[in-house]
Amino acid sequence: MADSLVYVYAVTDATQELPAVTGVDDTSVRQVVSGGLAAVVSSVDPTRFSEEALRRSLEDLQWLESTARAHHGVVAAVAQSGPVAPVRLATVYLDDDNVRALLDDNGPAFAAALDRIRGRTEWGVKIFAAPTPGGAESPAVDDTRPGTSYLLRRRAERDRAARGLQDAVAAAEAAHGDLAAVAVASRRYAPQDPRLSGHREEMVLNAAYLVDEAGAAALHRLIEDRDEPTLRLELTGPWAPYSFATLEEQ
Amino acid sequence: MTSGGLPMSSRARPPERRQETSTNLADILERVLDKGIVIAGDIRVNLLDIELLTIKIRLLVASVDKAKEMGIDWWEHDPTLSSGKSSGGLIEENRLLKERIAALEAGSAPELDGGAAPAGRSVVAPKDVVEPAPEVVEPAPEELVDAEDDEEPADTEDDEVDADDEELVDDDEEPGDPEPEEAVEAAPPRRPQRRARRPVERRRRDDG
Repeated sequence: MADSLVYVYAVTDATQELPAVTGVDDTSVRQVVSGGLAAVVSSVDPTRFSEEALRRSLEDLQWLESTARAHHGVVAAVAQSGPVAPVRLATVYLDDDNVRALLDDNGPAFAAALDRIRGRTEWGVKIFAAPTPGGAESPAVDDTRPGTSYLLRRRAERDRAARGLQDAVAAAEAAHGDLAAVAVASRRYAPQDPRLSGHREEMVLNAAYLVDEAGAAALHRLIEDRDEPTLRLELTGPWAPYSFATLEEQ
Repeated sequence: MTSGGLPMSSRARPPERRQETSTNLADILERVLDKGIVIAGDIRVNLLDIELLTIKIRLLVASVDKAKEMGIDWWEHDPTLSSGKSSGGLIEENRLLKERIAALEAGSAPELDGGAAPAGRSVVAPKDVVEPAPEVVEPAPEELVDAEDDEEPADTEDDEVDADDEELVDDDEEPGDPEPEEAVEAAPPRRPQRRARRPVERRRRDDG
């Protein structure tokens, strides 16, 4: 087996400056250039990045966290200075020649992907249905018939909760429309399960938006100005364009 | 509000953007595992495995990373699991008792009734301790029967109504005249906590 394997983080323009950043497994990051493209890579220990080792390591949350953070760190650092097409975690080649072959074989597709995201950043928006405030429209309490009043109140509460979620979904749709309008592209993902997202509120929108500089400002304004009691918006970013630097044609 | 994403380069990172470490791990994993360009490297990592892994990881991340955010931190308040660090209530009570003893020994008892005693009670009787349902529930059932006959024949409501008797009582009762017995009634819930500490102490003695 070779002395080392080649771990690929991302593909960029060949002219792009390489940031001083540490890669996975504390390796140093370098470029493999072919034509107008460069792959951002590092040489990794073949005993730790073989098929078998990866299969085992990927199950190890601690390894996965440090590797994911390192991978993300390299992608994010490269993204500071130019367009970057991030490659999925744990993409490993036997040697630099094979990486060059990858760049050559997919040259036009990579170039198109980089052009799509040039000068743009990705922002993530999650929208949660805020718990519905109660009380406002409760039926009046009739002191002479507290039992009836109670049951009416219960029914009103139940109806309000159902209506609240419906309203939140509709409001999130409207918000997505507004956000997508200032974005170059948008992607919607399945809402995360409350158990997975860690939020008790129902997630009603999980989306990513690709924006240029003006779009980013507009996106922030939209998020900040949005004053709807039914929704809670969560903005993350700027991200390297993970969701948009894809090879498939759009 | 804004979090995650691109860390500033380590050379020039303003303090308000220490994002590299604060970026939510789940968000990073969502991107580096789910998104990004998928190319088959020479080292074959089964993508199906990765997708399964993603689900598994999210569950793990959600259960560990997020538990605290969700307020699921019972282990920190369980005196048998976390050694004393969080039993603030007991420490506070202890402090008050020591103060009281010191005051008594100093012979300044008259001041105590005004000062230390109410503070002591607030420790013993937290407001939201669940009280046993008082006897005044009596009028409620009659009303309930009326309500069912007139309004909602659905049987399924019965349980909920029973569970919320207290709420009904609130309608009829004048709220906010705390009886002095409440403090006495509320005291028992604290005892188990005190008992729970003893085994720990005993164990220590065994070790020594």
